[in-house]
Amino acid sequence: MIRASREDRHSEDPVEPGPVTVLAREQLAPNLQLLTVRAPVIASKIQPGQFVIVRADEYAERIPLTVADWDREKGSVSCVFMQVGTSTYKLGKLKPGDVLSTFVGPLGKPLELDRWGTVVVAGGCYGIGSIYPVARALKERGNRVISLIEGRSKFLLYWLDRLESASDKVVFSTRDRSIGKSRDGAAAIKDLLDSGEHIDRLIAIGCTFMMYQMAEATRPFAVKTIVSLNPIMIDGTGMCGACRVSVAGQTKFACVDGPDFDGHQVDWKLLLSRRKAYLGSETDSGER
Amino acid sequence: MSKKPKQIIPKKTPMPEQPPAERIKNYDEVPYGYTPEQAIAEAKRCLECGRPLCVDGCPVNINIPAFLKLVAEGDFRGATNIIKETNALPAVSGRVCPQEEQCEGKCALSKRFESVAIGRLERFAADWEAFQGTPPIPALPPPTGKKVAVVGSGPAGITVAADLVRKGHHVSIFEALHEPGGVLVYGIPEFRLPKAIVRREVEYVCRLGVKLVKDFVVGAAETVDELLDEYDAVFLGTGAGLPWFLNIPGENLNGVYSANEYLTRANLMKAYRFPEYDTPIARGKHVATVGGGNVAMDSARTALRLGAEESTIVYRRSREEMPARAEEIHHAEQEGIRFELLTTPVAFHGDSSNWVKEIECIRNQLGEPDASGRRRPVPIKDSNFRIPVDVVVLAIGQSPNPLIPKTTPDLKTQKDGVVIIDNETGKTSKKGVFAGGDVATGGATVILAMGQGKKAAKAIDEYLTTGQW
Repeated sequence: MIRASREDRHSEDPVEPGPVTVLAREQLAPNLQLLTVRAPVIASKIQPGQFVIVRADEYAERIPLTVADWDREKGSVSCVFMQVGTSTYKLGKLKPGDVLSTFVGPLGKPLELDRWGTVVVAGGCYGIGSIYPVARALKERGNRVISLIEGRSKFLLYWLDRLESASDKVVFSTRDRSIGKSRDGAAAIKDLLDSGEHIDRLIAIGCTFMMYQMAEATRPFAVKTIVSLNPIMIDGTGMCGACRVSVAGQTKFACVDGPDFDGHQVDWKLLLSRRKAYLGSETDSGER
Repeated sequence: MSKKPKQIIPKKTPMPEQPPAERIKNYDEVPYGYTPEQAIAEAKRCLECGRPLCVDGCPVNINIPAFLKLVAEGDFRGATNIIKETNALPAVSGRVCPQEEQCEGKCALSKRFESVAIGRLERFAADWEAFQGTPPIPALPPPTGKKVAVVGSGPAGITVAADLVRKGHHVSIFEALHEPGGVLVYGIPEFRLPKAIVRREVEYVCRLGVKLVKDFVVGAAETVDELLDEYDAVFLGTGAGLPWFLNIPGENLNGVYSANEYLTRANLMKAYRFPEYDTPIARGKHVATVGGGNVAMDSARTALRLGAEESTIVYRRSREEMPARAEEIHHAEQEGIRFELLTTPVAFHGDSSNWVKEIECIRNQLGEPDASGRRRPVPIKDSNFRIPVDVVVLAIGQSPNPLIPKTTPDLKTQKDGVVIIDNETGKTSKKGVFAGGDVATGGATVILAMGQGKKAAKAIDEYLTTGQW
């Protein structure tokens, strides 16, 4: 009798997120993958700018991924990631129906959103996916949204249709000029500003070097520049301090104080060096 | 009532352990534990004194004389049952309690001789039970229909969950990480507390009917207020997860870790088994750990096992003031950890790739006692010197994670983030919300967290039954 009632108690549980299963995975561009999972609690809560921590299997590292899209009704969450090391390689092998060992969130503070006027959202690499919900949210708030995306070549860009639907204008920049006039995002933003375009705010998501260059490009124009920092993390809840960054001379934890900071106040040299801390180990792990 | 006075055996029965030279090359547990014969011999040392103070010394008031008597008689099942009446995690506390300050410190023998090895016997009983196979589940009362959310699966949370499920309440534990156990899994290393033991204890609580929800961050996925819409009470056992830094130059150099990060990589993420596990850790040749508590000892000893040629503790006071358990300091010394006492770091210096290469320190002398009652370190002018290092671990303390207080406006905390509770009940400033363990103390011991968990569980049961706040 008692045992049976104990079983009942399991089903009574009001909050039961259940296992996080893969709904779809597709390659958006070489090395860039889109992963969509079922995670109803996170889907119901997530805001632009927030991230999740993911572990593909029981041996994998915990890695932070910025969220690129979600569907609150279907309870799904999507992330774009670049395959660079062991952990992301594992994510790139997931198939529909697979269960992720960890998919926890939403983590970090939501991005500050308001009606500022003209806002440029700049994305590179995985960030092209991450700026889509940001552009959408800014548009909903009545901003004029310019999406600015960069890549080495046209075939590395993706989600152009989504970005067009969420923006007033899309600006491209490619290293080989296969699309767009500028060689990278920083040059593109500078061209925009030089051409007299009034910009109230820039929000940049992408690799550290790209965000650094963007921040340097807007600095002389004093355009408020928000960057989404991506240092190494473990727990993502403020417990370990691996993700510490220096902003305006103060140590901050990117996972809980960020991930979004004023790009003109970030100590980029420190961030770039801290991101390289385990490059040697990554090689060892890859050779395993 | 004349009782033949017991013969006094002055010293504890030694516990066999791995030799230091061998154990620093592996991650296996250091002591092997007592054999049944050794346990019986040790339990017989108990004087069965008229007014046993050991029980008062125990934060969860285990009936120590009764369990010792049963061990002495060879009734190990009986002994285990007595311990488990008040302690949900005996295999854990038998290993990590600072017994010398608690039960064993109050033992009548301890005034002139070595106390009874109560901790080792507690561990023996718990391990013996585990060895017999899956322990039976006690009969449980019918469900009350009340639901409790426990936030955090560390020692406080597990204790609360175990006590409340046995009262017939429905209990869900929410854990932010992917493994339950809190500090027992991310902090305390395998060689001091094997993770299989934590897993076994958590499984037992789950078999009692407790629901465990992993990878769920309360304060992010759901706020405490949202939990209160679904649950009749919430217990916060979220620990002290926010690591402190020294705020000195060079602290963000690569190779400088908080102890939380260093130990989490090594323990939770199993970086000591890299590249079998994917998470890397810097395997320094010269590792310095700053601090003098258990976490510092754990970090310094972990460094040795990760291949350090030299592992040094840098502590600002003297050996006397070190807050670590006696056994941890002893084990560290046996393993060849170097102690730089009366030493405070003032800066870290890096190489051209921004990796730490030296700690600059200053020597101290001891001054007047401070608020903690320990003598305060006073820097000696111009005594600066440098220690060459390639990894530094900062084990200087931590405070509660601000995530829940920040998202729970009416939850009162002290300036340092410690949640304010009523010490007898664990009640916070917010109706229906209780707290205990490091989140309410700022950082203490596993057993103190369990003691607070017990009090809170009792108060939660009363609250659920009477509805009175």
